[in-house]
Amino acid sequence: MATTTFPATYALPQRSLGQLIALYAKEVKYEIVKYARIPIFALSTILFPVMFYVLFGIVMAPSGARRAETATYLLATMACYGVMGVAMFSFGVGIAMERGQGWLQVKRASPMPLPAYFLAKIANAVVFATVISLVLLAVGEAFGGVRLGFFTAAKLIAILVAGSIPFSAMGLALGYFAKPNSAPAMVNLVYLPMSFCSGLWIPIFMLPRVLQKVALVLPPYHMSQLALNAIGVNPHPSPAWGHLEPLIGVTLLFLGIAAYGYWRDEGASYG
Amino acid sequence: MSSAIAELTPYLNPRPAAVAHTRGLTKKYGTVTALHNVSMELRAGELLALLGPNGAGKTTLVRMLLGLASPDAGRVSVFGADPRQSSVAGRCGAMLQVGRVPETLKVREHIDLFSSYYPSPLPLAETFKIAGLAEFKDRPFGELSGGQKQRVLFGIAICGNPDLLFLDEPTVGLDVEARRLMWAQIRTLISRGKTVLLTTHYLNEADALADRILVLQQGSIVAEGTPAEIKARAIGKQVRCVTRLTAHEIRQIPGVVSVKEDRNAYELQVSVAEPVVRELLQRDSWLSELEVTNAGLEEAFLALTQNHSSNSKWSN
Repeated sequence: MATTTFPATYALPQRSLGQLIALYAKEVKYEIVKYARIPIFALSTILFPVMFYVLFGIVMAPSGARRAETATYLLATMACYGVMGVAMFSFGVGIAMERGQGWLQVKRASPMPLPAYFLAKIANAVVFATVISLVLLAVGEAFGGVRLGFFTAAKLIAILVAGSIPFSAMGLALGYFAKPNSAPAMVNLVYLPMSFCSGLWIPIFMLPRVLQKVALVLPPYHMSQLALNAIGVNPHPSPAWGHLEPLIGVTLLFLGIAAYGYWRDEGASYG
Repeated sequence: MSSAIAELTPYLNPRPAAVAHTRGLTKKYGTVTALHNVSMELRAGELLALLGPNGAGKTTLVRMLLGLASPDAGRVSVFGADPRQSSVAGRCGAMLQVGRVPETLKVREHIDLFSSYYPSPLPLAETFKIAGLAEFKDRPFGELSGGQKQRVLFGIAICGNPDLLFLDEPTVGLDVEARRLMWAQIRTLISRGKTVLLTTHYLNEADALADRILVLQQGSIVAEGTPAEIKARAIGKQVRCVTRLTAHEIRQIPGVVSVKEDRNAYELQVSVAEPVVRELLQRDSWLSELEVTNAGLEEAFLALTQNHSSNSKWSN
């Protein structure tokens, strides 16, 4: 066989900056559209936190002076619960499915820049997190006597959105190790007990002492403490750094696990 | 003088340049060797069919040419570069076997998104036309029939107007009509000067579409040639006879691809009948009920790949 020669004209085409921006915008847009059109996703991620909030924060709230206080406290923790769910489901279940069923291969075979894929997932989590926060806020203001004011509300939403980062990392790691069919169950198995034990449904100070100790090692506990501090309803406020540190640690740990899963996938066979 | 000619040969060679090649490619998954020492090349403007049964390593080879898997040994080059470089992907399109595609996005949206990945994609209407998507472009993927879904995956592969296309079992699971339609679409690509690597386990599909066929068996290339050459080799003839020779003795005869016992007779797959028959008659004068027939396409192909490991005499 003759030596293979390549014509010198094989200059590889490059995308323009405008094309690159359009690409990222489309990736983000279609990711959000994709989830918004799955009724069970939109419903369960938004409806469940709202339902729990109405139940625990408004219907079962004590009457009188404590009423607004309870509704405000649970607004912060229920929003944490909702934001966590979106991050863990869209990353954990989303990636486990797309990876396990070969769709990620199709995308990786195309010239899609990999960061676009992850950015779209982050953007999706941010959009849903904001929607959940706003809906809970509206419900609290309308029926629970919550009065936050614009800047405090904005601060709360910012903390919630930033607080979704460690849970996105947890979901990402889970997505790289779970099988597509078992991923939803696995997310629930982690997410629901962790939410309860972190005091997201029932305030942490009302939980048994043992659980209060357990909560110290759970990321949602630290996220909810930051949210409670931000709106000034934490009966036992603590320095922010003590909560940021474990959250950053958890994020790095799970990003590391996800990176290992990604690296392991490179040599594995799918589809 | 002769070395000067040797040096010039590649330039004088009228054969189109290779757009992709592999050298000594080996890949193992655990204890399974998916590919063993595979060297092949894909020339500009040709349709090369990778033919082989399930598990022969076709998909693994495609994945490595796409940069989705790394070789354990050997080299892969696509457009003169390592396919794991993202720049190469801009000139490639791929139709892969996929378990599930996001179902809530519409056909138009899928194509729009994948088109945006490429530096100079086809206009959407053009992609819809070539892939035959126009009539259902506004429907969500989840509502499509099997054939329509395959066409969308085909559309995803071509929408970027790539020079090189990988089609991994594009017609698997399609009915006859949908398969014919897909063949017509693949021929459109060839007429537009694209280079195509197609994997299939149907010899008739490779025969209908390919300029050249590589037969892959248990991770190794066992035959290479034009469809006519492969067919001549694969089809050969079937010889049936009653003989006192043992199966082992028959296998010793040059030109015998495989031997099968059928009741009291033997059935032989042979490349060319006459020398084998001459030899049989010479070795056994009592030989009776001699029949020579054309072997069927598919069954001969099966014989070709299944018996290669036990008898490789026919393979040069």
